[in-house]
Amino acid sequence: MSEPAAAASGFLVIGLSHYLTVGAILFTLGIFGIFLNRKNLIVIMMSIELMLLSVSVNLVAFSSFLGDLVGQLFTMLLLTVAAAEAAIGLAIVVVFYRNRRSIEVEDINQLKG
Amino acid sequence: MTAIPAFAPAYPEIFMALAALALLMLGVFRKNDSMTLVTWLSVLVMTATAVLAVHGTDSAVTFNKLFVVNGFTVFAKVLTLLGAGLTLVLINVWAQGEKVARFELPLLVLFSVLGMMLMISANDLIALYLGVELQSLSLYVLAAYHRDNQRATEAGVKYFVLGALASGLLLYGSSLVYGFAGTTTFEGLATAVKSGPDSIGVTIGIVFVISGLAFKVSAVPFHMWTPDVYEGAPTPITAFFSVAPKIAGLCLFLRALVGPFAGMIEQWQQVIIVIAVLSMTWGAIAAIAQKSIKRLMAYSSIGHVGYALIGLVVGNEEGARGLLFYLLIYLFMNVGTFAVIMSMRVKGKYVEEIGDLAGLSRNNPGMAMALAILMFSMAGIPPMAGFLGKFYIFVAAVNAGFVALAVVGLLASVVGAFYYLRLIKIMYFDEPTAAIIDPPGLTTGIIMAVSSALMLLFFIVPAPLVSGAEAAARALFLG
Repeated sequence: MSEPAAAASGFLVIGLSHYLTVGAILFTLGIFGIFLNRKNLIVIMMSIELMLLSVSVNLVAFSSFLGDLVGQLFTMLLLTVAAAEAAIGLAIVVVFYRNRRSIEVEDINQLKG
Repeated sequence: MTAIPAFAPAYPEIFMALAALALLMLGVFRKNDSMTLVTWLSVLVMTATAVLAVHGTDSAVTFNKLFVVNGFTVFAKVLTLLGAGLTLVLINVWAQGEKVARFELPLLVLFSVLGMMLMISANDLIALYLGVELQSLSLYVLAAYHRDNQRATEAGVKYFVLGALASGLLLYGSSLVYGFAGTTTFEGLATAVKSGPDSIGVTIGIVFVISGLAFKVSAVPFHMWTPDVYEGAPTPITAFFSVAPKIAGLCLFLRALVGPFAGMIEQWQQVIIVIAVLSMTWGAIAAIAQKSIKRLMAYSSIGHVGYALIGLVVGNEEGARGLLFYLLIYLFMNVGTFAVIMSMRVKGKYVEEIGDLAGLSRNNPGMAMALAILMFSMAGIPPMAGFLGKFYIFVAAVNAGFVALAVVGLLASVVGAFYYLRLIKIMYFDEPTAAIIDPPGLTTGIIMAVSSALMLLFFIVPAPLVSGAEAAARALFLG
């Protein structure tokens, strides 16, 4: 069904702006997850993943609406890098846990001034 | 059939990647204690890469316009390699002394430098992102390298979380720019931005990209990770952080803004002005209260990034020349100062309180002299090299009509001079404490002496380096 026809018949058309809104909401959740989180580092890791995924949503939506493959290519590379980033992040968290016996955010307090 | 792209422009990077893999195998197959060998081979690889870059292709775009080489990228790469090579020597000295020598350490440095070279040569948002990530992922591990040390691992955690946030901002911005301009290549973006009407989506995207890059070069208000990471990470690794990624990051910043986004200079100029002013002033003010010399250096480097960003605000050939020249001076000042900080040991244990320097002029006049010269240079007092660096930046700003910005910069450097000169006062006039600082090792001593001598004598023959920076800046604006 073409877009005006769908709109006329009362169906909601999922357009680019809807995808972008979802992307923006996910991205904001990711940022707030990092800054407002008082629990532990794993939640922060999850928030970082959420940010990267919101970018993937954006890129794929743009790619589809522009009819251009570069956005999907970008997403593929992004997924790979996100995996590497998660691996390194978890490794650092493990090292931190060995030293502090804790991954609570409030225990990350040795360095300040 | 697809044509095979020209590989020749990327020979330095290809060589470096292959050499790094070969060194990785060498490290794995040799039984133990191969760090010194791998370090010196890595320094050799970096030297060879610099030679390849200098004598390689003059100007080319290859790999489907993903990768660019010109006079500017060559200059930036040589600076980055120089900074990385010098700090790698310091890293080796430290690791041997602390008995944490493992061959992975020089390799991590090598891989992050590879990422920086790819960043500098990136000609597409995707290539830019991949270069930045290759660099950052290695840097996170380097920060946490001293893995039995609580402070180092905490520095690693903080660097990782905030660095990942910065990558997220950079990516989100890239996705918006891609969506609203329809392309990711720098050439495509340049035409899209220049010809099309001002798109609010692209503007928001650029702001996000700027925030991400500002994080990577630790400009205020995205600097909060810097003091903690500088303090927590081992001193020579901090030295590396303060030199190579800053140089590569600022060069990428410059290329990204005056290349693809040149058409939107009114929009991004305001943002960079705010960032530059905040960095200069906050870098000067916040450093006053610091007790740890490494935190002091963190705020000092935030301030220096602010001055360098003035060159970016100006956005013309003169500004780019000023920025490159400033980075060159900054490199030697910082490496020299960190060589001194690394030598601050009392009976073999590292100390990093500023008060520990008291009476250094009596116990170790050579080291005190070197640090005094470097501090005068940091403060920008003529005839030290640091003065010339600031001079070219401020002249570029005044010539382009940014008089107020230059005045703010001058005032900030006057405030900044306070804490640099306080170090000299402590060294020369305070009563020595009971703890006497050990004499520096040979390698560290040489690096200290050479960089402070360069800063002192630079004004005699500045011409070759200034004209080098000028040629690089011209190449940037040729396209």
